[in-house]
Amino acid sequence: MTKKNIVILHLYPKDMNIYGDHGNVLVLKKRLMWHGYEPQIIEYNPGDVFPDDVDIILGGGGQDSGQDMIQLDLIKIGQHIKRLAENNVPMLVICGMYQLFGKFFKTQDGTIIRGIGLFDSETIAGSDRMIGNITVQSEQFGDIVGYENHSGQTYLGVGATPLGQVTKGSGNNGQDGTEGAIYKNVIGSYLHGSLLPKNPKIADWIIERAATNRYGSFTPLKIDDSVALLARQHAIKRPR
Amino acid sequence: MAKFYSVPLGKIVRFAARMRGGGSALPGLFIEKIDPSFVPNTLNKLPKGVVLISGTNGKTTTTKIVVELLESQGLKVFTNPTGSNFVRGVAASLIGEVTLRGKLDADIAVVELDEAHAINFIKQVKPRYCLLLNVMRDQLDRFGEIDRTASLLHEIAINTSGGVIINRDDPRLSTDEFLQFVKAPVRTFGVSQELLRQFPSDDSLKDKSAASNHKTSRINDTSLEKIKESTVEISYENSTKNLKLQLNGIYNLLNAVAAVAVCRMIMETDLDEASMLASLSKVTPAFGRGESISINGQECQLVLVKNPGGFRLGLESFSPEGYATMIAINDNYADGRDMSWLWDVDFDSLQKHGVTEVSGTRAYDMALRLQYEDIAVGHVNPDLKSSLQHFLATTPSRPKRIYCTYTAMMTLRRELGKKTVVKAIS
Repeated sequence: MTKKNIVILHLYPKDMNIYGDHGNVLVLKKRLMWHGYEPQIIEYNPGDVFPDDVDIILGGGGQDSGQDMIQLDLIKIGQHIKRLAENNVPMLVICGMYQLFGKFFKTQDGTIIRGIGLFDSETIAGSDRMIGNITVQSEQFGDIVGYENHSGQTYLGVGATPLGQVTKGSGNNGQDGTEGAIYKNVIGSYLHGSLLPKNPKIADWIIERAATNRYGSFTPLKIDDSVALLARQHAIKRPR
Repeated sequence: MAKFYSVPLGKIVRFAARMRGGGSALPGLFIEKIDPSFVPNTLNKLPKGVVLISGTNGKTTTTKIVVELLESQGLKVFTNPTGSNFVRGVAASLIGEVTLRGKLDADIAVVELDEAHAINFIKQVKPRYCLLLNVMRDQLDRFGEIDRTASLLHEIAINTSGGVIINRDDPRLSTDEFLQFVKAPVRTFGVSQELLRQFPSDDSLKDKSAASNHKTSRINDTSLEKIKESTVEISYENSTKNLKLQLNGIYNLLNAVAAVAVCRMIMETDLDEASMLASLSKVTPAFGRGESISINGQECQLVLVKNPGGFRLGLESFSPEGYATMIAINDNYADGRDMSWLWDVDFDSLQKHGVTEVSGTRAYDMALRLQYEDIAVGHVNPDLKSSLQHFLATTPSRPKRIYCTYTAMMTLRRELGKKTVVKAIS
């Protein structure tokens, strides 16, 4: 039997990579294999040809200088990404990429950096960084465990649904208790850690969405997540 | 003018703190409170000034080597002890060294400070020389971004009067932009094209084409040309030296070259080259930087890992062949609380032999990381003491290597000290 292919598009690995979000790519790759699929990873950097036939899109956090480098290119490919999102392609974007999937990012000096507006959200640069261990409660995924490190404060509009409610930490803006955003099968979040290793439920949900889109159904295989479970339990107990 | 009573009082506090078995923080805090001018007054009087060493990785080892090389030149050197990598630590160790009248009997001071503390330090003491080693991602929960870290080092460089020594292979340090407004003469150190692949900069963590940043060497450059086992080839001023060193690990060897660049710049025409090279060949690794402890007749190496660049260099420096490996990851404040960095380390080299023991407050995060690399893990136990016991008991006849974060290393050294002689950290 030939293995079923699943294509992951990794957005801007060269410029948006400093916060350890690489773990998300690795976890999806491995779990796809453990579920019996053949993962294929395409790295997309500014100026590359945007591949249309993709099953999953991933993007990580970067420095302000990294965001500057990719911003124009992201606007250019924004329509492609939005079309894929409307077609229910699952995506996970973290921190800096989450901000640019919203409408705009307003920097400290008032400059507006345009986003692609996939999420109905706006981000304003704040003076204090929100840093530390974070736990989020989501109806769909249960407790989500991670680490946040951002100064941007993100506010969701009426058209946006938060990923969950913060139980420990700051989340989107440190004020309204929300964390992240979810639109169709696209998740945006501030959580590093990396996010997926300690939240295998989200990883498998992304895989399930991708496999169902392409092959009509998804039959999970058994994966031993006992170490992930222990890592979650310990992480939740650690100080902020 | 130093207050006449601050030194005697500081010495009493230091003595009392030592009797209680405490560290250097309390006497340092005390002297800062009663006499904030004590540190600048004392250090600014040194005839050869102050050498400030900063950067993400390699500060402790390099400081140790610079001190030994300068001592080989007949200089009396003051330095802050390892582990007290902050201004208060400098104050505390100065209190121990000065006479009751507040005079420091030294020609030159070599201080190791992390980027953030260095910025506070230069407000009080302008260094005559600075050595800037590298900029890598480390404790982003403290520094926010690497670009910010580079700007802190830039501040140090422009506040240095006599000489700036930088790593020419670091993409953030060797730019014209970084050297803008630097008034002091600049010298560089680095590695040959051939060796560059083994010294990944942070930009090449995910991108193996490291060589793209290589600059051709400049005049007055000190360069690591070749490594063959423990023999290295170092070149400067159109001449090449072959030396057998006690240091192990490629990153320690680069630190040695950086130290040679510093010693050459400070001594200039007074350099006693033979003594410098003789001293270099005797330098041993700093504690926890490939340091070797003998336990039950077997070698036990401690390798400090603090960030993805350092961990990767550690893994590339030491072959796991024949060794039992333990990894201990803590997430206390001094280690950094964020575990994301473990996902940026390439653990390939451990694939074949696996990891015998995983410990620390984030043992399960580490074990999870290894699971996603299909690397076999023998035993996982967050409690360092019992985990170390288990590791020693299950590998009695093998040499051992422990990769550990800072606070994990402190605990492990203390535990190992109960079984064998471990050099004290003052």
